[in-house]
Amino acid sequence: MIESIFRLGRASRFFLLLLLKSGMSLRRFDLVIRELYFTGVLSLIIILISGLFVGMVLGLQGYETLQKYGAESAIGALVALSLVRELGPVVAALLFASRAGSAITAEIGLMKTTEQLEAMGMMAVDPIARVVAPRFWAGVISMPFLAAIFSAVGVFGGYLVAVVIVGVDDGSFWSQMQSMVDFRYDIVNGIIKSCIFGVAVTAVAVFEGYDAVPTAQGVSGATTRTVVTSSLVILGLDFILTSFMFRGVS
Amino acid sequence: MLTDTLIEIKELSFSYGNRAILKGINLTVPRGKVVAIMGGSGCGKTTLLRLIGGSVTPSSGHVMLAGQVVHKLNRNDLFLMRRKISMLFQFGALFTDLSVFENVAFQIREHTNFPESIIRDLVLMKLHAVGLRGAHNLMPAELSGGMARRVALARSIALDPMLVMYDEPFTGLDPISLSVIGNLIRRLTDALGMTSILVTHDVQESLKIADYIYFISEGVIAAHGTPAEVRSSISPFVHQFVHGEENGPVPFHYPSGTYAGDLSLGNNFV
Repeated sequence: MIESIFRLGRASRFFLLLLLKSGMSLRRFDLVIRELYFTGVLSLIIILISGLFVGMVLGLQGYETLQKYGAESAIGALVALSLVRELGPVVAALLFASRAGSAITAEIGLMKTTEQLEAMGMMAVDPIARVVAPRFWAGVISMPFLAAIFSAVGVFGGYLVAVVIVGVDDGSFWSQMQSMVDFRYDIVNGIIKSCIFGVAVTAVAVFEGYDAVPTAQGVSGATTRTVVTSSLVILGLDFILTSFMFRGVS
Repeated sequence: MLTDTLIEIKELSFSYGNRAILKGINLTVPRGKVVAIMGGSGCGKTTLLRLIGGSVTPSSGHVMLAGQVVHKLNRNDLFLMRRKISMLFQFGALFTDLSVFENVAFQIREHTNFPESIIRDLVLMKLHAVGLRGAHNLMPAELSGGMARRVALARSIALDPMLVMYDEPFTGLDPISLSVIGNLIRRLTDALGMTSILVTHDVQESLKIADYIYFISEGVIAAHGTPAEVRSSISPFVHQFVHGEENGPVPFHYPSGTYAGDLSLGNNFV
């Protein structure tokens, strides 16, 4: 119990230091761009494929239910709303946590284990500014883009199933979607969610790596904790955010 | 004014929790010399280097480096001081995501605004000094242990520091690499006019290259002297250490109860 409170204190202090030392990431943006490749670009494959399948399943299940009420033309709206409000930000963040979050933790944890972080400190280069901050900001920047791509590909997956395979009318698929999805209310809120998830996942990942016990077992434990903690944080935060954002107004 | 002493350590003590590691160390390191600090595994040699570099704070006593008390420096001054010293870690601690060239260039890029052509020349010169100019494109994973150690050595002298600390530079090397590293430490110290502190338990190599040797045992300086004095020392500790004898002041067994008692023979065997 006391150890958990200690950890929470260390995490808060670490996060504060991280923000204070982010100046270098802004001045030398090439460091962030390099990490954007590793966290963002290399996560694209899993995001694209998962998005496509999630959209296709939504199309199938949505059609099954809607056609009972003769409302199958609303399938476009159902797919798009589910994706931009919930599934896009949440599933993309969960995938991001397991794909990029775990990699960030393992990398920083191993750099600590092999004394690379200490060596950097001895060279008068702050490891939080040089190693942690660029990875953090790259994660924060990547997340909303990945979520948006996930939703877009998901909508395409829904279209493939509903229109191309099942045969829902093309025009009503898109027009229902257009009339039901509100930019400010649905899309912007979805983007805000994914930004918050991005901060949460990456903050957990860099902290777990930096705080890892410098042994093989310590790093593997830290990597597991990153995936578990950030997944739970995403789901918890999603409930809180949804309850504030979507209150039945439309 | 330059004095002849670069580092002066006075009554330095350090403990991890309740476990005392160092108990009142006194030693001096003269400028331009190679000083070896020897002792058994886990006697606090590496901790001593960390104390000199300011990454841990002593529980009492102090390290004076070039006239400044290290643990009293604020963060900025500590980082300014660290630009003038460097440390070679036991297994090199090369940055695994950067090539050999970028590893050596790391500090130059971080601390100077030199144009790319000068960085290139400087890095190649440092790599040439350790005989690895041709390996500048390799990644650390492609190097052998000895080569990695040499790259780390090139990296540690990249900004011509006044002090280089070597943490177990000979561990795990074959005899050729070992002697190459040893000679490099000696040659670079003389050629660049820097000071070297060598933490090691390799007796023969240290006797070859060091100017002065300190022995740490049980957290205190057990003996010290020039290599010649060490070779002819009659101190039982130095004798046991230099000749690698099993019996002597340093016990083979970790402190324990009686053997018979531990084997539960004490009561039943009578």
